[in-house]
Amino acid sequence: WKCPDETVHGSKADIISTVEFNHTGELLATGDKGGRVVIFQREQESKNQLHRRGEYNVYSTFQSHEPEFDYLKSLEIEEKINKIRWLPQQNAAYFLLSTNDKTVKLWKVSERDKRPEGYNLKDEDGRLRDPATITTLRVPVLRPMDLMVEATPRRVFANAHTYHINSISVNSDYETYMSADDLRINLWNFEITNQSFNIVDIKPANMEELTEVITAAEFHPLHCNTFVYSSSKGTIRLCDMRASALCDRHTKFFEEPEDPSNRSFFSEIISSISDVKFSHSGRYIMTRDYLTVKVWDLNMENRPIETYQVHDYLRSKLCSLYENDCIFDKFECVWNGSDSVIMTGSYNNFFRMFDRNTKRDVTLEASRENSKPRAILKPRKVCVGGKRRKDEISVDSLDFSKKILHTAWHPSENIIAVAATNNLYIFQDKVN
Amino acid sequence: MLGKGVKRKREEEEEEDLTSQDWWLEETTPSPNPEEGASPAPLPPSSLFNLSIFKLHHGLRRGEPDLRHLVLVVNTLRRIQSSMALESSPPEPPCPAPVDPLPVAPDAPLCTSVSALLDDLSHIEGLCDTQTSFSEDIPLSRPPETGLDPGRPAPLGSLELLLEDGLEGLFDDIDTSMYDCELWPNLKTDSGETEDKIQGQGLDVSELDYLMDVLVGTQTL
Repeated sequence: WKCPDETVHGSKADIISTVEFNHTGELLATGDKGGRVVIFQREQESKNQLHRRGEYNVYSTFQSHEPEFDYLKSLEIEEKINKIRWLPQQNAAYFLLSTNDKTVKLWKVSERDKRPEGYNLKDEDGRLRDPATITTLRVPVLRPMDLMVEATPRRVFANAHTYHINSISVNSDYETYMSADDLRINLWNFEITNQSFNIVDIKPANMEELTEVITAAEFHPLHCNTFVYSSSKGTIRLCDMRASALCDRHTKFFEEPEDPSNRSFFSEIISSISDVKFSHSGRYIMTRDYLTVKVWDLNMENRPIETYQVHDYLRSKLCSLYENDCIFDKFECVWNGSDSVIMTGSYNNFFRMFDRNTKRDVTLEASRENSKPRAILKPRKVCVGGKRRKDEISVDSLDFSKKILHTAWHPSENIIAVAATNNLYIFQDKVN
Repeated sequence: MLGKGVKRKREEEEEEDLTSQDWWLEETTPSPNPEEGASPAPLPPSSLFNLSIFKLHHGLRRGEPDLRHLVLVVNTLRRIQSSMALESSPPEPPCPAPVDPLPVAPDAPLCTSVSALLDDLSHIEGLCDTQTSFSEDIPLSRPPETGLDPGRPAPLGSLELLLEDGLEGLFDDIDTSMYDCELWPNLKTDSGETEDKIQGQGLDVSELDYLMDVLVGTQTL
């Protein structure tokens, strides 16, 4: 893996909170804590600039969400972008959904390379003309201009979530999408902003009975009636919207029995699922909990078919990680285009890749000090105990403030985007 | 009149987090000496209990509580509390490494921390009414020197009561079902006619936008 061009996103003020490639991989969107969205576009390949082939450059930047104040509850609503999801491209413009804790917005990103000139009612500066002075009429003509990329909010889906939105997912019918918060999941039609259908509600009648929340949700990539949602107790429920309007009763329930030898006070916290993703094929789901990534076959509910240890050396550190709240960190996980490799982040700016076929895994680091542009990434290793070899890093030296929570994989090529706090790294696998 | 919320800079937030975590950092600074071994000394259940109470308290003080965080902390608290209540059975270790046997609960600090939590909770807006009933019912709200025998399980029993009520109180604060928007009563019912009506309105707006775009030339027909 190489870093063809290190891309630094923003100043040190804003932390990247989500990363997502679009369906072709041509565009890469990031959202940050300040409510901004930055879209990168891949350079077109040209014979003149072979060395710049495939690099991503900034295409558009816009403020998606602003901080708001909820007067009823006297609370500030954060502008942080929790998730971005692209819609498939259907015309010249690009569409994406972005969401903060409370409001989902549909953005249209389009290019403008022509400008109308010769208005009747306003002059070239844009100032309105006095209608009494207009004695002739002319037809405005379109003249070429420098390419401008503009983002406009096309829909605002608000006031449907009492709790914090953690997921959005576009349905394969391309007409609807869902938004999930801690206790409810709503189904929206893209054209309708003042109405949504509640399809999952796990809020108990008595809030004192609350013991579980929804942590992530996603539509099946091919079957528009199927979706899954994960919980803080480490379970996954698969629901079929054809069964009933309110999908409170699941069609399938995925849960692995607890290993008695690993039981501790923190068992539930580390089993809490922070991300769930369907494979591109739709046959498998992948879940991320605090220490592992698991792959489940949709046809087998009682245990995962594969379990990968992300950083098992942290198992003996759970007390400290509970104290400093790191145990609550929500890591995401991603599939590669062919579903043969999975990737997830860890601490110390490490991220891990697992090859499902060869069962090999690798730990890589996203940092400026260790990777110069076009240099090959060196595999890293964490030393658990005993004698530390050269180039290994001991567990106690790990920097827990440098966490890689968000990563993305190009839909068809071996290009990955890794968000390390407020820096974005893009790596490519160039097979020579 | 409430003013518009001010966006805090990241630096300010960082400082605040560090301040609140300071006293934990003092206790648990990991030793840089690699020969000390991989795992630090695990905390006894009573310390974990205190820590969890602190997290709960800190979580509630935040602008809007993180429900997932709260639920996980509360569930962990329940586990620790039930483990502490089982004084006769072997204590459940907080970490796989062996721990000391469950010590006689240091009631004074426990009572103090819980009373402090009660006092602080009563200052949180909206919990005042619920909180006065707590202080009447729960013996622990009385000063510790009014006869709490260190050996008795009574403090834990009272804590159980406290926690149950406290949990209800905690989640009631988050429960905003009374504020749930009733602007769209059709949410759960299949109402074809209203859907058509709303659909009609939606079409008009988007079609108008489209037409305007065409007129100014940003869209081609």
